[in-house]
Amino acid sequence: MLIIKNLKVAVEEKEILRGINLEVKPGEVHAIMGPNGSGKSTLANVLAGREDYEVTDGAIQYQGHDLLEMEVDERAQAGIFLAFQYPVEIPGVSTATFLKSTVNAVRKAQGKEELNAVQMLKLMRDKIKMVGMDERLLQRSLNEGFSGGEKKRSEMLQMALLEPKLGILDETDSGLDIDALRIVAEAVNQLRSPDRSFIIVTHYQRLLDYIVPDFVHVLYNGRIVKSGDKNLALQLEDKGYDWIKEEVDSLTAM
Amino acid sequence: MSESMQTLEEHTRSDYKYGFTSDIESETIAKGLNEDVVRLISRKKNEPEWLTEWRLKAFEHWKTMTEPKWPNVHYPPIDYQEIIYYSAPKKKEQLASLDEVDPDLLETFNKLGIPLEEQKLLAGVAVDAVLDSVSVKTTYKEKLAELGIIFGSFSDAVQHHPELIKKYLGSVVPATDNYFAALNSAVFSDGSFVYIPKGVRCPMELSTYFRINERNTGQFERTLIVAEEGSSVSYLEGCTAPMRDENQLHAAVVELIALDDATIKYSTVQNWYPGDKEGKGGIYNFVTKRGLCAGRNSKITWTQVETGSAITWKYPSCVLKGDNSVGEFYSVAVTNNYQQADTGTKMVHLGKNTRSTIISKGISAGFSNNSYRGLVKVGKKAENAHNFSQCDSLLMGDKCGAHTFPYLEVENNSAKVEHEATTSKIGEDQLFYLMQRGLSEEDAVNMIVNGYCKEVFNELPMEFAVEAQKLLAISLEGSVG
Ligand SMILES: Nc1ncnc2c1ncn2[C@@H]1O[C@H](COP(=O)(O)OP(=O)(O)OP(=O)(O)O)[C@@H](O)[C@H]1O
Ligand SMILES: [Mg+2]
Repeated sequence: MLIIKNLKVAVEEKEILRGINLEVKPGEVHAIMGPNGSGKSTLANVLAGREDYEVTDGAIQYQGHDLLEMEVDERAQAGIFLAFQYPVEIPGVSTATFLKSTVNAVRKAQGKEELNAVQMLKLMRDKIKMVGMDERLLQRSLNEGFSGGEKKRSEMLQMALLEPKLGILDETDSGLDIDALRIVAEAVNQLRSPDRSFIIVTHYQRLLDYIVPDFVHVLYNGRIVKSGDKNLALQLEDKGYDWIKEEVDSLTAM
Repeated sequence: MSESMQTLEEHTRSDYKYGFTSDIESETIAKGLNEDVVRLISRKKNEPEWLTEWRLKAFEHWKTMTEPKWPNVHYPPIDYQEIIYYSAPKKKEQLASLDEVDPDLLETFNKLGIPLEEQKLLAGVAVDAVLDSVSVKTTYKEKLAELGIIFGSFSDAVQHHPELIKKYLGSVVPATDNYFAALNSAVFSDGSFVYIPKGVRCPMELSTYFRINERNTGQFERTLIVAEEGSSVSYLEGCTAPMRDENQLHAAVVELIALDDATIKYSTVQNWYPGDKEGKGGIYNFVTKRGLCAGRNSKITWTQVETGSAITWKYPSCVLKGDNSVGEFYSVAVTNNYQQADTGTKMVHLGKNTRSTIISKGISAGFSNNSYRGLVKVGKKAENAHNFSQCDSLLMGDKCGAHTFPYLEVENNSAKVEHEATTSKIGEDQLFYLMQRGLSEEDAVNMIVNGYCKEVFNELPMEFAVEAQKLLAISLEGSVG
């Protein structure tokens, strides 16, 4: 599905990712944890194709294609979905209009038939229930004035509608209350399938109680410095990052 | 983005789809302007003596005036002696009745998407088609007449309803009002006249379609709309012109009069040829539009979507004379490439409890310059006047300019005036977000811009709103990158 090799990324001359290696196979769920500023969102954004980031070295293969050669919209159409840490407000564009356009844009690109108004409405109703979103939000401008939790649910709704091959969740759990957290996790679990993979960026082991990952990676200073199974997350919850930082720093000091 | 930018580039080359010229034989007078030309125009139109005099007075006054220099627009001096002031399509001799329209003319308007043959008429919209200096056809005229509604060319109205013309012509925009209004008053050729009798709600949209065809001509049309007590009307105006390398002058005057409890909604989608990518050619659109809320509880709404013209100079205004009268101005002004626009409104509160709303959305792209200029004036006797203004500017790229010039003159302390203004750039974050959901760059830009203009589009009649959205998309093609 996804193979990242020695990925190095800089922003304004500053190196942020300093050689990332990661392979995600179909059906796998990878959790990425790590202290603030370690480069988690950067990695997520580079996968989605954000322009501000300069890839200085390395390669990314996605379903056999050179991902770095693909435009942002092409990547989305090929099944990459990024749930944003901070979803953007689009004034004057109703959430419903936006959802219809994206669903049909992606369907069209994938050679599927576009949905008509009735089919669309039914699909939306189903998925809205799944993420526990207030239906009235559909008539409001996209993300405008949405509460933190509403924004995150709206992201999950979009993911459920677009049915991606690779879902990347950037701290979708932060700012959610306990119930919302469970609903979001439930949505992801329902979407889990042998041919769909997830990369889940989170600070909290809590989420991983619900979405049990196959792998947990710790990103620190632009590198994956430790990988393990779900127990690594428990360990981190228990001990924090200091022990890992110390390990790494002592290694680099040598 | 290199690939998607290339496709955008390809689009931009063919963007003005109305740029064709029609080979229509026309009767054109010699270029230049003097008293004889004014008299000639008046004679060609078989006008009564008083109107000829009215024109001549305007002309005398115009000669003493100078072009306004205050707008934030720049252009080489206009040589008014190089302009042709009258051009009319020649009637083909074999046409049986006067009502018949030259097939070439029909074809021209068909190409523009404005069918004039009765069987193809747009449902619910009556159209007055004006080519260069004259009105060539008005549809649904008889049907409207049954309700006592007069809708047709201005010249016709001069012949058939001289008393109405005499009463209202120049009553809102005096012949001496400003440089371009005075010029128009002297040489105006045709336009539309609308009269809605007492208590009548006009059952269909009335629409005038202006088309410049002839080279080197100016278009000086005159529109007058009178809504009697308790009546209402929605009027639409559209316009296009061929692509030509030289600039052409369009100086129109529009006067609206709403009596007690009357409502006039005036919507414009302005799409005159804007010039090419390098700023060559295009229409100079210098227009005076003003509405008088003469009666109590009357209401005038101006809605405009301005995408065309090389230069736009235009301030549709409302004089709120009747107590409780309401004035509204909703505007989207788009400039791209080297276009310049200086547009806005004046709301003059004279009566008690008068209210006005101004919503202005400027969008600048390319090397263009877009200014909002608005005046809110509250007179001494205007107790409890209320104005709300919101002026937003959206910048696409960093070579364009947006400017806001709000003026305020308040002579009554009970007035409540609110003004909000914002300037923003089309957000990289917004674009990335939408494209991450699978929308192409073009679709993403359109979605953001349409959202930004939503409040104004909501004011347009349905078919017009769709048209406006399309126009906006075309105007902005290739402007992001
Ligand atoms: N556009 C940018 N311009 C400048 N610096 C940036 C930019 N984007 C990220 N950075 C910097 O790169 C580093 C990594 O940021 P990133 O957002 O990837 O961290 P993160 O691991 O997601 O942190 P958090 O847990 O706080 O969300 C930070 O030091 C950040 O300031
Ligand atoms: Mg982050």
